[in-house]
Amino acid sequence: MSTVALRYPTLKVTQARVMKSEWIKFWSLRSTVITLAVSVAVFIGIGLLAASMIGSGDTNGPGADLSSPVDASLAGVGLAQLAFGTLGVLFMAGEYSTGMIRSSLAAVPRRLPVLWAKIAVFSAVVFVIALVAAAIAFTGGQAIAGDAGASWSDPGVARAVIGSAFVLTGSGVLGIGLGALLRSTPAAISTVFGVMFLLSGIAQLLLPDSWSSALQYFPSNAAGSITAVTTSDGTLGPWAGLTVFAGYLVAVVAAAAWRLRHSDA
Amino acid sequence: MIEVNELTKRYGTKTAVDGLTFTVKPGIVTGFLGPNGAGKSTTMRMILGLDRPTSGTATVNGRPYAEHSAPLKQAGALLDAKAVHTGRSAYHHLLAMAATTGIPKSRVEEVIDIVGLHEVAKKRAGGFSLGMGQRLGIASALLGDPEVLILDEPTNGLDPEGVLWIRNLMRDLAARGRTVFVSSHLMSEMALTAEHLVVVGKGRLIADVSVGEFIEQASHDSVVVRSPRSVELHDLIAGPGVTVLSVERGAFEVSGMSAADVGERAAAAGIPLHELSVRKPSLEEAFMELTKDAVEYHATNSPELATAGKAA
Repeated sequence: MSTVALRYPTLKVTQARVMKSEWIKFWSLRSTVITLAVSVAVFIGIGLLAASMIGSGDTNGPGADLSSPVDASLAGVGLAQLAFGTLGVLFMAGEYSTGMIRSSLAAVPRRLPVLWAKIAVFSAVVFVIALVAAAIAFTGGQAIAGDAGASWSDPGVARAVIGSAFVLTGSGVLGIGLGALLRSTPAAISTVFGVMFLLSGIAQLLLPDSWSSALQYFPSNAAGSITAVTTSDGTLGPWAGLTVFAGYLVAVVAAAAWRLRHSDA
Repeated sequence: MIEVNELTKRYGTKTAVDGLTFTVKPGIVTGFLGPNGAGKSTTMRMILGLDRPTSGTATVNGRPYAEHSAPLKQAGALLDAKAVHTGRSAYHHLLAMAATTGIPKSRVEEVIDIVGLHEVAKKRAGGFSLGMGQRLGIASALLGDPEVLILDEPTNGLDPEGVLWIRNLMRDLAARGRTVFVSSHLMSEMALTAEHLVVVGKGRLIADVSVGEFIEQASHDSVVVRSPRSVELHDLIAGPGVTVLSVERGAFEVSGMSAADVGERAAAAGIPLHELSVRKPSLEEAFMELTKDAVEYHATNSPELATAGKAA
């Protein structure tokens, strides 16, 4: 056996190296790559379908209650949030369900660099892919809508497209955070689903009218404000929505970091 | 070098590891021996910083494991053959681990060859047999060519050829001055591999001795005597400090008296002997003798059955 220590004197754990490790982990799992492809397909597919329904008078389907061709082309954000959230959960909680986490933490026993690297690699990859997907959905959607279609230079359009990519990336980061916090794939996926889909609906049913202004601060509604072209009554403006949504992410990731640092692996 | 000092781990009211103190020295294979549930795996996880001790400390080469700048170079561990993502290939698993510390791709290929996984390195680890998983775990332990190797039951699931291979690997690493700390619940396995033993039971230290000393300490020779006039002989040798156990009709086992003494007393009384032999307990018996009070899970005779037997 050769002496690695002599041949490679620079062996040392660095944040950049842990990121390279997470990059290898991300692309070497068939499940991650397939989930990513499905997420993108769902996002673009629903957008194009909705755009084709603009002005058709159809009362069912994703484009039924949308009048804006921009909103229609980005209508896939809702379901894609769940898909990207699942991707984030798989990326993190998969380490716990398989036992991989013990290998990861034996290599990086300071632990937190693993979480930061996962979030950084995931965000970079997913943001770029989601941005390209959003651009495709928007451009394709406007082409389908024909004369009714919006253009990139219309007010709020660029923000809504970039905002969609941000929201999708954020949902994935939420998945990573919940995966690290709950350490279980099914529990984390159900929580992502509950937070992004059910929570505001249930609250709407249960909360008295005087509380209705609280609804705009719910994660799914805050995320919706970022991707909407025009701000409607009872919703936050895009920047306020972004701040609130980012606040939730910071809180979940902070809790995840605390658990990773303090619990037995 | 591994130094463990007053290491304690409690889960609620249950104490898994109870004030363990020992040192594992370089250049020899040290066996970590104890019945199942004695706290061996928990101790190893605490050494690697995976579990947080309730109190006490564990250091690897003078520092807590997590405080080294290149932990994989200090210690490599096989804690659990299943510490691998089942969907990833062996090659990518090792590549991802190596990347954290800047260990080059060439070393990944080298360890794959050392453990003999070349043929299946690109296949999903989820499809590996227990033995192949064990070899992959050993490959990850060797990745940083570490000073210290921590192996939790490495021969689990290996075929005889694999067992021999790991035994030679451990001896070879020790001969190169590495610290090799290997756990097992099989005394016979350790007697073949280890030079030094740290024995634990119920989380407490029972012995920290060389293999030779351990066997000597734990085992007391006994003498088996067979004679046609066994009843007379029995009366002749029974006395304080001597236990005589009947083995079968005409034969008994004596402890606390040497074979020579038994023979001379019989000769003086003119009692013929058909057998006079010294019985050395096996290593396994020695181990069980030492840990009998510290076994976490053991089979007991059902009291109902025993009573029923007496009544009948």
